[in-house]
Amino acid sequence: MFPETLRFHIAEPINIFIDGLIQRYAAAFDLVAGKILFFLLSIHRGLEAVPWWGYILLVFLLSLYFSRSILHSLVLASLPFFIGAFGLWSMAIESLAVIIASVVMALVIGLPLGVLMGEAKSVETVLSPVLDAMQTMPSFVYLIPAMMFFGLGKVPAVIATLIYSLPPVIRLTALGLRQVPKTVEEAALAYGATRWQLIREVRLPLAMPSIMAGINQTTMMALSMVVVSSMIGARGLGQEVLVSINKIDVGRGVEAGMSVVILAIVIDRLTQGLAKRLRPGE
Amino acid sequence: MAGASPAEAIVVRNLWQVFPRKEGISISSADVMDEQRVREMDESDDTVVAMKDVCLTVYEGETFIIMGLSGSGKSTLIRCLLRLVEPTSGEVCILGHNVTAMGKRELVQFRREKISMVFQHYGLLPHRTVADNVAFGLKLRGEPEESRKEKVTWALETVGLTGWGKYYPSALSGGMRQRVGIARALVMDAPILLMDEPFSGLDPMIRRELQDELIHLQRDMRKTIFFVTHDLSEALRMGDRMAIMRRGEIVQVGSPDEVVANPADEYVARFVSDEKEQFERGRAFIGSGPGREATACVS
Repeated sequence: MFPETLRFHIAEPINIFIDGLIQRYAAAFDLVAGKILFFLLSIHRGLEAVPWWGYILLVFLLSLYFSRSILHSLVLASLPFFIGAFGLWSMAIESLAVIIASVVMALVIGLPLGVLMGEAKSVETVLSPVLDAMQTMPSFVYLIPAMMFFGLGKVPAVIATLIYSLPPVIRLTALGLRQVPKTVEEAALAYGATRWQLIREVRLPLAMPSIMAGINQTTMMALSMVVVSSMIGARGLGQEVLVSINKIDVGRGVEAGMSVVILAIVIDRLTQGLAKRLRPGE
Repeated sequence: MAGASPAEAIVVRNLWQVFPRKEGISISSADVMDEQRVREMDESDDTVVAMKDVCLTVYEGETFIIMGLSGSGKSTLIRCLLRLVEPTSGEVCILGHNVTAMGKRELVQFRREKISMVFQHYGLLPHRTVADNVAFGLKLRGEPEESRKEKVTWALETVGLTGWGKYYPSALSGGMRQRVGIARALVMDAPILLMDEPFSGLDPMIRRELQDELIHLQRDMRKTIFFVTHDLSEALRMGDRMAIMRRGEIVQVGSPDEVVANPADEYVARFVSDEKEQFERGRAFIGSGPGREATACVS
């Protein structure tokens, strides 16, 4: 056994630190929580305003525009129908609202950070280990601080999802910027491009496929977090999964699980189709 | 070249370039002043001496060729002219402007107005159409769209790509892509044209065609062309004067005829021997029989 005398804990100081933070900045956290909740509810309200067949039509039209294949689009558009048929439509909309809210926030934070990381080596040195830690940390761990700062409910779910889904978009944006062929950059410089022009006219457009892959990955990560975040009281499809685990109701679990998968497939196909459209030189 | 001597377009004085191969090594201009240190750096694996004390003068309106094998420092030299690579020490003056002393802003302005460059690997933007690629430099310079359009149409016509403006580079063959590269350079109407092995990646027929077209264009443009190549026949065809580089040093400068007739050392002699042989065979052929095409077959 590990000797008792060599033991020390960091749990206590961390608790004290977090408690201190919560007490001192309670007002600030409330303010942030209020803003996020408002953002989330606005999205939710917007999503609810669209009738169910509106989504099916939208998925069909977008898919048709991206893939130019009627059969493919028909299959993809028919999938959401099953979510409704299982009686999980409103829950799926709730989950979708959390996903959209956290992905939008992740992009607002992640894209500029990714550009910085791709441009400056020093930023990469600092950010890289942080991202590694974020990605290897079990997703459940994010729930604890999110819950402590923001209580139970939807806001901590958005926060936890945001943190969990942030790394891919940062990483792939930086990677895309660094993969731009040197010959093209050199030509742009030779014709008198400033640093900013080089980024805007050459690097960003050429990095677009990689950036879009990052956005796609971030969305998928957010989706997978939806189930986990139901443990701190976010409602939606995750809650349904959780309930069926507690009741050992396999059938109900499969229905909820399939709904999550359908959501994932539809979002994945649509964002990938968008990425293909934005690929340079086509 | 008799009479009043032509104006100097590009003057390179004591240009050195030493690349560190390991991180954390920095080389200053003081290092290259010391002969002992230079010898050390030459032999060391941590540093690469790409250019050694290069001095050159290129006159306005001439086509000046830099020739050498790969790794002889010719690509480094042409990049130092507009500071795509920062020289370790030395001075570059172009049209009276001291390029090596310029600040960032000044350098950008200088690149936009005085110099345009054609690259071996084209360096085209894959996400822009041919027309937008040609207009790229003008756009950076901030020219209004109207005048851009007009100039692009003219440039595409000049390189024989009328009607190709709306295509993407990926749809074009190598030769056509390089035509786009040339159009992008011509459209800038800069007095100096830098060409870094522009035709090396093309197949012989196309290469020949583009060489001829460039010679033809140059007859009217009278730009100062700084042309890098490893192909002697290309140098002989295109050049008014040429310099031969070897391991970072200029070995010989002269007109193509002079270099072929009187190579300065064994390296140059070996370089030109094949060409000389063919040249003489061609001349003998013309002398003995009919058909002046013989010279055209030499390549």
